Amino acid sequence: MKRVQFSHSPIPYLFIAPQIIIICVFFLWPAAQGIYQSFLLEDAWGLSSQFVWFKNYEDTIFKKSWLQSATFTLIFSFLVTVLSLAFAMLLAVKANEVIQGARTYKTLLMWAYAIAPPVAGLMGNLMFNPLIGDLYFFLNAMGWDFNHKLSSFDASFVVILIAVWKQVSVNFIFFLSGLQSIPKSVIEAATIDCKSSIRRFWTMTFPLLAPTTFFLVVINITYAFFETFGIIDTTTGGAPGGSTSTLVYKVYTDGFRGSDLGGSSAQSVVLMLMVLALTVIQFRLIERKIHY
Amino acid sequence: MSTVKLTNVNKTYANGAHAVRGVNMDIANGEFIVFVGPSGCGKSTLLRMVAGLENVTEGDIHIDDERINDVSPSERNVAMVFQNYALYPHMSVRGNMSYGLKNRGDTKEEIYEKVVAAAKTLHIEDFLDRQPNQLSGGQRQRVAMGRAIVRNPKVFLFDEPLSNLDAKLRVQMRIEIKKLQRKMGVTSIYVTHDQTEAMTLADRLAVINNGRIEQMGKPIELYKDPKTLFVASFIGSPQINLISVQFDGNLLKSGKLEIEGFKNLPTDENLVLGIRPEHLRTNDNGPLRLKIDLVEQHGADNLIYGTLIDAVSEAGGDLEICLRVNQKQEPQIGDVLKLEYDHENALVFNKDTGLRLV
Amino acid sequence: MVKINWHTLSGHLILIIGALFMTAPVWVAFMSSTHSAETLFRDGLQVWPGGHFFSNYNEVLFEEGGVMKKVTASRMLLNSLTLGVGFAAGKVVISMLAAYAIVYFRFKLAAPLFWIIFMTLLLPLEVRIIPSYEVVAKMHLLNTYTGLILPLIASATGTFYFRQFYKSVPEELLEAARLDGANAWRFFIDILVPISKTMIAAILIIMFVVGWNQYLWPLIMTTDENNYTLVIGIKQIYQVLSEGGELPQFQKAYALTILATLPPVAVVLVFQSWFVKGLVESEK
Repeated sequence: MKRVQFSHSPIPYLFIAPQIIIICVFFLWPAAQGIYQSFLLEDAWGLSSQFVWFKNYEDTIFKKSWLQSATFTLIFSFLVTVLSLAFAMLLAVKANEVIQGARTYKTLLMWAYAIAPPVAGLMGNLMFNPLIGDLYFFLNAMGWDFNHKLSSFDASFVVILIAVWKQVSVNFIFFLSGLQSIPKSVIEAATIDCKSSIRRFWTMTFPLLAPTTFFLVVINITYAFFETFGIIDTTTGGAPGGSTSTLVYKVYTDGFRGSDLGGSSAQSVVLMLMVLALTVIQFRLIERKIHY
Repeated sequence: MSTVKLTNVNKTYANGAHAVRGVNMDIANGEFIVFVGPSGCGKSTLLRMVAGLENVTEGDIHIDDERINDVSPSERNVAMVFQNYALYPHMSVRGNMSYGLKNRGDTKEEIYEKVVAAAKTLHIEDFLDRQPNQLSGGQRQRVAMGRAIVRNPKVFLFDEPLSNLDAKLRVQMRIEIKKLQRKMGVTSIYVTHDQTEAMTLADRLAVINNGRIEQMGKPIELYKDPKTLFVASFIGSPQINLISVQFDGNLLKSGKLEIEGFKNLPTDENLVLGIRPEHLRTNDNGPLRLKIDLVEQHGADNLIYGTLIDAVSEAGGDLEICLRVNQKQEPQIGDVLKLEYDHENALVFNKDTGLRLV
Repeated sequence: MVKINWHTLSGHLILIIGALFMTAPVWVAFMSSTHSAETLFRDGLQVWPGGHFFSNYNEVLFEEGGVMKKVTASRMLLNSLTLGVGFAAGKVVISMLAAYAIVYFRFKLAAPLFWIIFMTLLLPLEVRIIPSYEVVAKMHLLNTYTGLILPLIASATGTFYFRQFYKSVPEELLEAARLDGANAWRFFIDILVPISKTMIAAILIIMFVVGWNQYLWPLIMTTDENNYTLVIGIKQIYQVLSEGGELPQFQKAYALTILATLPPVAVVLVFQSWFVKGLVESEK
């Protein structure tokens, strides 16, 4: 809020109206309808529906397939977050140190941001294609009986690898800018105080990057939950047997392919609650961030 | 050519903070008034109320007999120079200076002439087509001034306009502002926390503390004849020496130190004796003894800082004071000097009310 | 004798491996898109250019039946561009206006409206995808650009970017403008929009990429081939590939991949510094 503002008049309402109208029609209405639907049971033809309270929740969430999907989502999110953050941090620290070719490295490491997840998924998928995929041949030649169409471990491996690949660039950009915002004098002081560069990283650089890391953890979890939809859809499609289906992907398959609107809506609502929890955590972290 | 009149002006913010309390003031046509005080004292708020950037909670503001409380800022015909200049960063110098005239509906020819004339006055005619980020701090300051004078306002308002400049430029611009104001004869209100700026610029000076005017008058009056402890300590550099004392009917006492020569003071109150650094002199028969801690050489004169022997500070420790001496005197650290003071210039205050007694 | 700096050397080694990891898949995709279907089927993926660049891309871009039954990649390219540009421009305009109201005005419904806008940040489109589809269907907006773009704009990320930026604009600028006689609209157009130029450019770039890369929403709401974007086309061609039958047309899949990748990558590379600034600043 500004100290001086324009005073009461219809003008602010005119400025804010487009946004509010779009939100009402395309956000509040669908969200409300989704919540309402999660309490309805429709018959197979979609002709009549009945208010059933929490039956949809009980029927879907306590099912084995949902719990399997939730477990996969958690493991998947954890691995994608940790791996892509670690790899990106390593690259950012190195890119911040080198002098020759720094610009080229930066460009090569960040450009994949622009590639759509499903496009990345397709490229990865073809790499693992049994007919032409080099990685498929390579892994099998190494003695790994690789088949992501049949083995859920192999399928998870493919999905995680591509998801990490896609996310490294975003993390890299943020880490690099976090590193560059550390004042030069602090780095010089640390160089005088501490000889070992590894020790310097863990005692100086890493703690100073902590706010960036906290923030990126939230971003990465959100990414793993939602934006990886395109990767899963173009690689495994949740196969084999739903073992690589994230919660969001399951909402989609149950709702659109399975036409179970009530169950799918109930899952959506549970997802909404998860995102809310994540946001609350995010705000806690941002509050902490202020102290740095 | 205008007068400004403030009548019982109050400002209370929504959070309950009472920023300005019952200010009354008459500003004559062409007068240069300076508001001075510590940060947060309400001086900027008062200025911004005259500009129309803050609402007046209570009381009236008149410009030329017209009550302007509810007149919008742009229609008050005042111009303001901001501390950070607030130049429009995407407009050239010319664009910055013309913007107000354009909104007012002046014709292109009028605007062109006025801008060129104002630019000449301020010696910025060569920069008219530059962007603000291509100018030095001093040049930006001039553009900000130009934006103010081009509109030929009734009142100039300055909100700490020199605080972002380096020391040398500040002195130079201070002189220019004063000359310009003299030449144009426009009523001006100038806010600063720097007492030197206040003393040198003002026709009349208002010392503001805690939302109130402590004292208003000519700079020299405030220096010589401060009505309160606050004014005495705010005006003058280096600061006035203050010694907490009690009167026993005969002598002023601070610890073991006894000072004679005062009469008719209350014996049951805490008092403060104030002596300016320039009113202390070395004299081998003087009543005060000073142990030297530090000597600052300023060229024309020297400032000596030291501990007043026998005296006790408010906190119960050593009492530090300062005196100004001729540059020929070069005392050594650790020496003890005997001092006398100008009795007629010594000020005595009631410590609790802050009011002056002698 | 030159002393080898092992620390620097290992740094370069790590960076080179990283750069290879990030670029190799796209390089291979690009090279493979210039070979014939037979070569790919016989010899696998290619790392050097082949002789079918023009014929492959020509077939994909302009020939009916080249990729889909009817729609060509050039049509999909147009759809993608419309989505990217429309999404970015719409989002920037709407969020600039809304943020202006929030930051610079005091009005009665300010707090509740702010919370409504804030709420949209909490729930991504993915979790309300099915009801959104139903709403758009009810409004007869399926297979239209309006129905494609507006629900995506409903999330208020842009509003928060601009809110942050406006808050960082010195207050004195507004005060000076008010003394200069500018009203709310004049201040917005004469002062605020011009000084937001860099910010606008940065957000436009990011939003173009985000819009171009949309997948789930277009997948659901476009049922007519003619409305496919490139990113959706990829999914379709992949399904054709996995159906088997004749000789799999991998080179077309790769050509489509490259076409879907090229425009957003070009935008990010050309405007790299703006893009990085926008991405980092906007998240503060």
